[in-house]
Amino acid sequence: MSEPSHPSSDWRRFIAISALVIIGLAAAPFWADRAGLRLLGEMYSLLTLALLWNLLAGYAGLLSVGQQAFVGIGGYTLFSATIFLGVSPYVAILLGIVLAALAAALFAPLLFRLEGAYFAIGSWVAAETVYLVFTMIPQLGGGAGMSLPAAVVRGIAEDRLTREFIIYWLLLAAGTGTLFGAYALLRSKVGLALTALRDNPTAAASLGIDIWRAKFWTYVGVAAAVSAVSSLIFLQKLRISPASGFSLNDWTVTIIFIVVIGGIGRLEGAIVGTAVYFLLREFLANLGPVYMIVLGTIAIITMIFARRGIWGFLEARFGWSLLPTTRLPPHEDNT
Amino acid sequence: MGAVNLIDTLIGGLLLGGLYTLFAIGLSLIFGVMRLVNIAHGDFIVLAAYIAYLVIGATGLHPLVALLVIIPIMAMIGYLLQKWVLNRTMGDDDVLPPLLVTFGLAVIIQNALLAAFTSNSMRLSAGSLQTSSLPLGSMQIGLLPLFTLAVAVILVIVLEFIFARTRVGRAFRATSDDPQIASAIGVRADHIYALAMAISFATIAIASVFLAMRSNFDPYSGPARLIYGFEAVIIGGLGSFYGTLAGGLVLGLAQSFGAQISPNMQILAGHLVFFIILALRPRGLFPKAP
Amino acid sequence: MAEPLLSIDRLSSGYGDFQALFDLSFDLQQGEMLGLVGANGAGKTTLFRAIMGLLPRRQDMVRFRGQPIGALPTSDLATLGIAMVPEGRRLFRSLSVEENLRIAADYGRKGHWTLERIYALFPILAEKRHAPALSLSGGQQQMVAIGRALIANPDLILFDEISLGLAPIVVNEVYAAFPAILASGVGAIVVEQDIARVRKIARHLVCIREGRIVLDGVAETLTLHDLTVAYFGE
Repeated sequence: MSEPSHPSSDWRRFIAISALVIIGLAAAPFWADRAGLRLLGEMYSLLTLALLWNLLAGYAGLLSVGQQAFVGIGGYTLFSATIFLGVSPYVAILLGIVLAALAAALFAPLLFRLEGAYFAIGSWVAAETVYLVFTMIPQLGGGAGMSLPAAVVRGIAEDRLTREFIIYWLLLAAGTGTLFGAYALLRSKVGLALTALRDNPTAAASLGIDIWRAKFWTYVGVAAAVSAVSSLIFLQKLRISPASGFSLNDWTVTIIFIVVIGGIGRLEGAIVGTAVYFLLREFLANLGPVYMIVLGTIAIITMIFARRGIWGFLEARFGWSLLPTTRLPPHEDNT
Repeated sequence: MGAVNLIDTLIGGLLLGGLYTLFAIGLSLIFGVMRLVNIAHGDFIVLAAYIAYLVIGATGLHPLVALLVIIPIMAMIGYLLQKWVLNRTMGDDDVLPPLLVTFGLAVIIQNALLAAFTSNSMRLSAGSLQTSSLPLGSMQIGLLPLFTLAVAVILVIVLEFIFARTRVGRAFRATSDDPQIASAIGVRADHIYALAMAISFATIAIASVFLAMRSNFDPYSGPARLIYGFEAVIIGGLGSFYGTLAGGLVLGLAQSFGAQISPNMQILAGHLVFFIILALRPRGLFPKAP
Repeated sequence: MAEPLLSIDRLSSGYGDFQALFDLSFDLQQGEMLGLVGANGAGKTTLFRAIMGLLPRRQDMVRFRGQPIGALPTSDLATLGIAMVPEGRRLFRSLSVEENLRIAADYGRKGHWTLERIYALFPILAEKRHAPALSLSGGQQQMVAIGRALIANPDLILFDEISLGLAPIVVNEVYAAFPAILASGVGAIVVEQDIARVRKIARHLVCIREGRIVLDGVAETLTLHDLTVAYFGE
């Protein structure tokens, strides 16, 4: 098996390829049509959410089935702040981030009293609670939801084409930012702490790593990031309702399957998972519920027979590693 | 709120709590024996309701009589599920696999039911039981909800008895305490887990019929039932079935009083009580001593 | 010579990537008592776990009455006739004293040892039969652990550090039961830190150091010096 070391030539090649890919994607407004841009944007948003969920569950050990709470907060704050407070969409996105972080900070101390699967369901209850509260606020349109007025949308840019481009670039930035940000985080001291947390909480605690703080800031940070992405998504959709904003299926089930199939605890897994998800959707979506059954079955089979997902399998079998987050002791590292 | 209305709400809450206890008891059992949470628990309740619908359609039996068929069917499903699928995810200390597998099952069941039965909501008719009531002072107590509560209490007593006084109950407790030493004594953990799941699914069958007689259900009704059962378990405290009963009753009461304010507040009141308990008494109202 | 009760043949095992036992080989005869000594971490408990199937080993590394048992699941060993008194007692905390004994009886073999005979051996347990197992004193819990192994009527008992954490007087009480235990012809491996005590009760001594056997012989022929050198190294 090849060593996961990083001689500089590998590094340079990796950076060159990444740069090319990113530049190519950034230029998409010039070579893709509107539907293509939307599809790419959707991929970036799901990839971002998958990376974030992976950080939560695969590293901090917080298996949250309630992230849709922060999706809803992000979307609704965007709509309410621009409509009722008259602020620009960018300010509204920032407000959403703050609100989501606050909500996460409020729920975390309670939810952290639950462990494992009980934490999962507890996070779900938290999401349901937020959802119910939002349906009860009459200004938010109740079950029917709200639409984003044209005036607000023009706050991004006057003409539609430019708006599409700007939102596309923002989503691309969110995706690459989250990918490389997560990578940087996991290679930092904080990241080591998180990985230690995942692999052996008892040992981590005995090393003085403040587990509670690490989990808390991860949970709050992820909530904030989810809210930001959600605001961008709903900025494009132009409509929000409690059902769509807080949908378990759209935001949690899909993301979990992406991460599981791609590989939990591996950043590359989120990329692979997203690719697989969109491929499957391309071929199976017209089958309706059968599509979800196939997805669920693949996830179960993956969990039982290939626990580390597709990327984990590739990594174990061929030693592949794009974004290695394992740290080697100095004398093995060629540095 | 007038005095009569107060008592009405109180009794309504307790009766509702009976149903929630039925949802919770299977969850409590398998968590006690093997630290497993079945995220598809609510969806299996709905699945059992649809199976009941098919059985009743084919035989014309009353739902309660149909239980004689549905309980063994569900128990077998539970036994095989644990033996063939979930036992493979247990063993090491990783919580993710069983959780994610049951999560996948939940999605599969919901969509399979959707494909098979469409999204129309259904209900099982309880015949005369549906509308009968018992007079209590100036009020009428629905016979079906009363019967539901009675069944819940009996089930709790039966399970406590099984765990405390029978050979298999000893094996459940010992395996839960120390699976390694239990196997050194000769207990086959795989088999014990499968048995526990079978019993859990038997309670799922019972819960499903009482649910289906009382309210409408559709392929997506599962998650809410899981959440109510889960809240009842946490409120009541882990480790005893009597605790689960208490949790179910408290949840029922919370929702009943919440419903007096508005329909949305019914469910929200339950969530709020859940979070309050989590904040003030994280181990629940009646946890088993450590 | 009759076939050994237990035959360990080049046993290697460990925890994941960490190998703890290296090519151990020794025999235990029917009805024999073997003393297993060694420093902390030498591998004594690990050896027991490997015998019991709680750690991985290959099929032919452990033979019981001539049959290879290395591939058997742990839960098969009770009916085969092997029982363990684990380090730290490890009684079932949700069960009472009597329930701890009963469950072992449920899954073990029928024979000389019944609930009544265990209570006759350890009268204090009869008094406390319905008390939660962990509410007993250390010495009493040890008696329950021994009773739990006996009541399965095994042919081989593995005793792991039964004097750990107990006052000498209490240890004497516990060991006082040994003549009755051995009278039924059961074979035993006793892990003990106290070399002097082990030499008194066991004819056959095996010393382990860092996962390897460094001494294997008859107690009378081994001097204290031999033992000390084996225990600690040169």
